[in-house]
Amino acid sequence: MTPTVLIFGFFVIATVAALVALEVRDLLAASAVLSVFSFVVALLYVSLGAVDVGFNEAVLGAGVTGVLFLVAVYHTERRSGD
Amino acid sequence: MKAMVQVLLILLGVVLAYAGTGLPEFGDPHSPASQHVSNHYIEHAYHDSHTPNIVTVMIADYRSFDTFGETVVVFTAGMACLFILRGLRRRDEEGDPVDHA
Amino acid sequence: MITRKDSVILDVVTRIMVPFIQIFAFYVIFHGHYSPGGGFQGGALLAGSVLLQRIVLGRDRSLPGFPVKWGVPFGVIGVLLFFGTGLLAQVMGGNFLQYDALPFPMDEVWLRNTGILLVEIGVAFAVMGTLIAIFDELSGAGEEA
Repeated sequence: MTPTVLIFGFFVIATVAALVALEVRDLLAASAVLSVFSFVVALLYVSLGAVDVGFNEAVLGAGVTGVLFLVAVYHTERRSGD
Repeated sequence: MKAMVQVLLILLGVVLAYAGTGLPEFGDPHSPASQHVSNHYIEHAYHDSHTPNIVTVMIADYRSFDTFGETVVVFTAGMACLFILRGLRRRDEEGDPVDHA
Repeated sequence: MITRKDSVILDVVTRIMVPFIQIFAFYVIFHGHYSPGGGFQGGALLAGSVLLQRIVLGRDRSLPGFPVKWGVPFGVIGVLLFFGTGLLAQVMGGNFLQYDALPFPMDEVWLRNTGILLVEIGVAFAVMGTLIAIFDELSGAGEEA
């Protein structure tokens, strides 16, 4: 069983990553940080015993979604408007 | 305006945290979620299909209609995406002013 | 979008990694009965391996491996495989997706096992085809060859 401290640490990292992804101006960096967020959430799922869900989140959230965001940023523009 | 939004969000977070204290313990066998059909699945999954991974049996056998709907939703969403993108591109080529915002 | 940049490190790492990703994806799909995983994750991994080739290797070397026009057919084949499994069971006298009515020479329990495997393969194909089709359309990989 994963120690509670580790789970709490995952929660903190996920929250910080989500806030950074919201605040950062560079959209490419934002999508990369969003991948980090997805990966930490996947670790969280795995440490809570939901291995299938964690697997899904790691592959789709951290991998494919990041690629799709990357293509979208490439086709629009890299600076955030607001 | 922005300050008010942030205050509202913090209030919502406090409400959520307070509601979280009422949830059952992690892995509690007496919680409502573990009382109803989970026991039947855990007892019968291996004998029904010789598959040790209970999650797979639930997803693809007991709840296969749900999974079918999920697959169709993924496929349909992808097709809708394709049609929208192709429509935008065709209008671009024809030279119509397209509102990309 | 897809133009090739000369980076030897990315190139070599991609060419080494892609077979391993694909083998792991098939392991995830076919070993889903015994370990975490299944069609959805395996299909996403397969799509990820193709997307990696598309991004790093460029149009000239990635399109022969998985042409753009295959994406949608793969999705259709996956959904039809899932639907066909269910419909076959229904035609043979069971309910929709009742695997132990499938017409294979096995006993009921192994029929359910086989039905799960068929359905997982269908899900994997559908997810893989759909994800690659979306990426190709978004990146314009199939345009003006």
